[in-house]
Amino acid sequence: MALLEVSGLRAGYAEVDILHGVNLAVNQDEIVCVVGPNGAGKSTLMKSIFGLVRVRDGRIVFQGEDITGLGPSQIVRRGMCYVPQNNNVFPSLTVEENLEMGAFIRQGDFRRKMEEMFELFPILKERRRQKAGTMSGGQQQMVAMARALMLDPKLILLDEPTAGLSPKFAELVLEKVTEINRMGVSVLMIEQNARAGLAISHRGYVLTMGRNRLDDTGQALLANEEVGRLFLGG
Amino acid sequence: MEWGGIIGYGLFLLIYGGIYAISALGLNVQWGYTGLFNIGVGGFFLVGAYTSAIMTKGPDFSHLGGFGQPFLVGVLAGGLLAAVLALLIGIPTLRLRGDYLAIATIGIAETLRLIVTNEQQLTAGVWGIGAIPKPLWSTFGDSYNAFYAVVVLLAMVLVYFAIERGTRSPWGRVLKAVREDEAVAQAVGKDVFRFKLQALVLGAFFMGVAGALFAHFVGYISPEAFEPMNATFLVWVMLIVGGSGNSKGAMLGAFIVWVIWSGTEFVAAALPPTFGPRAHALRIVLIGLLLMAMLLWRPQGVLGEERQVSKLVRNEPAGRSAQGG
Amino acid sequence: MAQLILYGLIYGGIISLGAIGLTLLVRILKFSHFAHGDMMALGAYLTLLFRVTMGLPMWLSVALAVILTAVAAVLIDRIFYKPLRRTSPAILLIASVGVALVLRHLIQFFWGAAPQVYQRGVERPYIVWGLRIRPTQVWILVMAVVLVIAVWLFLQKTKTGKALRAMADNMDLAAVSGIDTERMVVWTWVLGAALAAAAGIMLGMDTQLRPAMGWLMLLPIFAAAILGGLGNPYGAIAGGMIIALSQELSTMFINTAYKPAVAFVLMVLLLLVRPQGLFGGKA
Repeated sequence: MALLEVSGLRAGYAEVDILHGVNLAVNQDEIVCVVGPNGAGKSTLMKSIFGLVRVRDGRIVFQGEDITGLGPSQIVRRGMCYVPQNNNVFPSLTVEENLEMGAFIRQGDFRRKMEEMFELFPILKERRRQKAGTMSGGQQQMVAMARALMLDPKLILLDEPTAGLSPKFAELVLEKVTEINRMGVSVLMIEQNARAGLAISHRGYVLTMGRNRLDDTGQALLANEEVGRLFLGG
Repeated sequence: MEWGGIIGYGLFLLIYGGIYAISALGLNVQWGYTGLFNIGVGGFFLVGAYTSAIMTKGPDFSHLGGFGQPFLVGVLAGGLLAAVLALLIGIPTLRLRGDYLAIATIGIAETLRLIVTNEQQLTAGVWGIGAIPKPLWSTFGDSYNAFYAVVVLLAMVLVYFAIERGTRSPWGRVLKAVREDEAVAQAVGKDVFRFKLQALVLGAFFMGVAGALFAHFVGYISPEAFEPMNATFLVWVMLIVGGSGNSKGAMLGAFIVWVIWSGTEFVAAALPPTFGPRAHALRIVLIGLLLMAMLLWRPQGVLGEERQVSKLVRNEPAGRSAQGG
Repeated sequence: MAQLILYGLIYGGIISLGAIGLTLLVRILKFSHFAHGDMMALGAYLTLLFRVTMGLPMWLSVALAVILTAVAAVLIDRIFYKPLRRTSPAILLIASVGVALVLRHLIQFFWGAAPQVYQRGVERPYIVWGLRIRPTQVWILVMAVVLVIAVWLFLQKTKTGKALRAMADNMDLAAVSGIDTERMVVWTWVLGAALAAAAGIMLGMDTQLRPAMGWLMLLPIFAAAILGGLGNPYGAIAGGMIIALSQELSTMFINTAYKPAVAFVLMVLLLLVRPQGLFGGKA
């Protein structure tokens, strides 16, 4: 049974549907990457899964439970965390406080987990008392991911983790994603930089105009001519 | 039951209702049509009243005066000065976000009251200005109130038609577009700021006229008469009750709320006399609760917003804004 | 002039307390809460009820008044504001004006319009370094400092306080992180109302109680909150001090009656030049 199964998802804003019946699955221990042109609905897909956008039709099943229509605070309790693309840290709070907020609903002490995060993201360790708003984009991305990992989620949703980052940081971020995955966290991510995203993914989905276009293993998609022409810049 | 008493009372209702209706129509242009948050209605009302009083009286050592102008000149001057004030205020503040404009207008109304209270040479301060001439007083004598009621209602109708002409025009449609979505209006190339300023100024003109009509009827004005409850809050309640975004609603709301407000006077009178001036406070509590009830149960007011067709206004799904009809 | 500065500090403490609560409320609840001033008045008058009418000791009266004001704030939110949250901030603003009015006139209805005081008699001021300060004013300064420190501890050291700061920073992210935003909203009201009540009591102690006392404070408090950057509780403290000092020092040049206008002019100037406040927050 897949960790996350999305079937026939129709969702959108106001009166307009962005997604017209999308299917997707993430298996335990996988990294799955969703790629596609701008406006294809990738972000909407992620937000719908996390309960931020209203679902009109279809089902979202997580760990065997139907979570369609649940709100973010309920989904977070069930082991799925989300890292938005923008504004993904609390700028006036320190790194430590950001992580503490990530663990808000956690009973008991969060400090042990916080130290784990500092081991995972050594860059943050020296800056633990620095205000998140004063950090660079790449560092903020680390804070954002660490924040989402504080609850030991089974699945983490990453919305364009390398957006706006320098190539060095982008590479670093994706390395971290791989590392997180090896620790047992499954990953669903959206990447505009399709090549880099697919390179670290087990499987990928190509989304166009709110519908599934292709899906295959990461390597196969990378090698795919059509995909190469459309998204990978040749 | 004395017929004379009832008719007399009815005339009072018509006069005050009409005066407030003109103010409400002005607020409707600013808020209902253009989305401008003016909580300083009282300020424009005050300026209109004082200007007209000063313009029309003979010389008086207690305050600025001696112009001795006729009634109509006074009223127009009142409206004009209010409009100029709106222009001065609007230029710096209209670029502010809605809430900030609200605070700014409160500040201005309060500052005006402070000025009027303190600049004795100008306005006789807390003593107020009395003996404001009533137009054609000698002609009508006993039936003066009936005459004045006609004057006020006539003015109201004139203002109503002027606004109707204005809003059916391309200018009016842009105003509505600005309220609905500034970004869209700007994208289509309209100078949003200019339109907002025009709406503010026009609305203020009407409020000033209303203030002048008020001054000439009561014959005596002082800073107390313009404390926020009466001059500002009541007008807002009237607009919300009647239906903002709707000229007929503004007028209807004015009369309804004025009748209710006058009605609370009977409630207050029914209280034992030991309550004294506190009874007045109770009346205001009742009106405040009326406003809250309206907002909770029928925010679009009795008449709701006007139906109108405009290329620039998107169709909103029902319930998005409180003005959905 | 030093005397004016002293008055400014005392007055500034009062404004700051009001502004801290307001700035958080505005940022977290996303509407300009125009009834904040009248919450101050409510706290002051409730204290009057307990202290003068019921004869309870002052510290108990204050405590009860603060608690009751906080409860009232949460109730008012449940009844009047929460149902309107789906509508525009404009409607909420008007609703808060309505609540302000009702509160103010309920106070007037029960207590009358005549000025009242907590204790009769004229106080002899202390003379310290040539400056006059009444014993009550010393109390006010001490209380203000204590409260500000308490607020700081709350916001910096407790989980709830950090969550409030997080929400003021980024509401959406707070929800995404699993923070129970509804409960935090209640906390915001409690904190805001408690501080407002304390400020109102202090104002009543310093001068006297009148039903309109709260509404008259609304402008300076808003100005202070905006000056400090909306959503920035520490900025609000600074803002309060600046506004109060400016108001007091301005009396050297202009008629004292125009003091409130000073706050207003400062606010407008600031909004035009730097809407996000001196210390940033969002515009």
